[in-house]
Amino acid sequence: MSAADARHPDSEYDVAAIRRDFPILGSTNRGKPLVYFDTAASAQKPQSVIDAIVDFYQSGYANIHRGLYQLSVEATSCFEAGREKVRSFLGAAHASEIVFVRNATEAINLVSMSWGRQELGPGDEIVISAMEHHANIVPWQQLCLEKNAVLRVAPMNDRGELELDAFAELLNERTKLVAVSHVSNALGSINPAKQLVEIAHARNIPVLLDGAQAVPHMPVDVRDLDCDFYAFSGHKLFAPSGIGVLYGKLELLQAMPPFLTGGEMIESVAFEKTTFKPPPHRFEAGTPDIAGVVGLSAAIDYLTGIGLERIAAWEHELLEYATLALSEIPGLRIIGTAEKKAAVLSFVLDSAHPHDVATILDQEGIAVRAGHHCAQPVMERFGVPATTRASLSLYNTREEVDVMIRALHQVLELFG
Amino acid sequence: MDDLRELYQATILDHNKSPRNFGKLPLANRFAKGDNPICGDKLQIQLEVDGDDRVVDVRFDGKGCAISTASASLMTEFVKGCRREEIDELFARFHALVTGNPSESVEVPELGKLAVFSGVREYPVRVKCATLCWHTLRAALSQRDEIARTE
Repeated sequence: MSAADARHPDSEYDVAAIRRDFPILGSTNRGKPLVYFDTAASAQKPQSVIDAIVDFYQSGYANIHRGLYQLSVEATSCFEAGREKVRSFLGAAHASEIVFVRNATEAINLVSMSWGRQELGPGDEIVISAMEHHANIVPWQQLCLEKNAVLRVAPMNDRGELELDAFAELLNERTKLVAVSHVSNALGSINPAKQLVEIAHARNIPVLLDGAQAVPHMPVDVRDLDCDFYAFSGHKLFAPSGIGVLYGKLELLQAMPPFLTGGEMIESVAFEKTTFKPPPHRFEAGTPDIAGVVGLSAAIDYLTGIGLERIAAWEHELLEYATLALSEIPGLRIIGTAEKKAAVLSFVLDSAHPHDVATILDQEGIAVRAGHHCAQPVMERFGVPATTRASLSLYNTREEVDVMIRALHQVLELFG
Repeated sequence: MDDLRELYQATILDHNKSPRNFGKLPLANRFAKGDNPICGDKLQIQLEVDGDDRVVDVRFDGKGCAISTASASLMTEFVKGCRREEIDELFARFHALVTGNPSESVEVPELGKLAVFSGVREYPVRVKCATLCWHTLRAALSQRDEIARTE
């Protein structure tokens, strides 16, 4: 009996119905039914998100926080209701701890340029991990250059798991911040975020978690994690691209200077001096992506409607099924075999380069990513120039995994 | 599978598996590195060029996908004995071949075996793979002290 015949323990999980919610999943790629295995790069959008944006532009749109007319007042409540929705989604204490940005990259840059510039001095240290996305490396590297500070990198083992002891040893009285991913985009490793926070907090070091790959796949509670900052992108959470979130503990945000300046974030402006609004508005200069917040709210409703626990369970089963199927392909090596792992399968083949693999999969309708996944140091760590990455999500099926396995046999046929 | 064979023609698969002129060139007097940062593909080209700006010998090494390895391998076979202007002209034709409109027919007798890369035009993201070696070769010929990039 193949794993595909096994009855799913969550018989209520109606993946066919979920797939119908995503119009693009009915489309084709190079003439074949689309198999979308690139959700870690960006998630597809359910009809409810698309409808929410269309409805908002058709009947609810105006600029926010300034109009005295009803439409603007309503658009403002819609936007602020989105903030409240994100607060509840993340389990934050206050809505004012939720700052809207463009994406996780901007969220991390905000912390680096506002908090980092204020708090860091020469000789201070920032600790990141060996599995970070470039978005959680480069902003800190730049800050360290500017401040003559030192970037330290906590190592991972050959399975792609963070080495906790080595991490703890890196922390010292000069460490000003720990910035690590909650889930690795290139490897899928789920980091023990709560434990990392405990270790850092024992030394009074604040922690930023890059949650871009975590929030779409598992329940996240920032108060339970007790992290100081949490960043994620809407577009990986089935919301539109262009909207993202920075969560920051209120006392930290209150002590931070503005990031971008201009309209919307000020209290009063005179040529002599400007005063700024309190958080979160202090960090939201200019007209924001209003419809993006509307889309993000609808995406959160969609996900919580299904339930993150159930999504995580479905994805985990897909991951196990795909891991087993891939491991039966001769000459294939999975990069990233952490015990706690999200449904990300990075792999290399002895006989074919990831680009050739991706082109052949593309020909069969399968969308995967091939390359360094914005994590060049991870590739370096595993001694590969690139990998092919299949990232699975709530709308993927075992049958789609089978399509990929058949296409990989074609790769072997061509290159074997 | 037929569409794939159109892209991965037998010659390409052969040159990928057994690249020609692969390795180091002891008498090299020109050198350049090529880097395709998006893919992680890297290659080096070493040339022995005579006083006439003619390529006497050439070697390449590095790591890349089948398209980039086969393209470098076939290119090294093709450019031996060519002068710089001839190489520039060949590259222009090669570039036109791999970036052409897929619906137009391809007839490039002057490109000989290089015509096997005509399938690349169906895959715009793979054009960089096929042209990395050419950019690197031209950088080596101009002795530009820089890494050739396709980006």
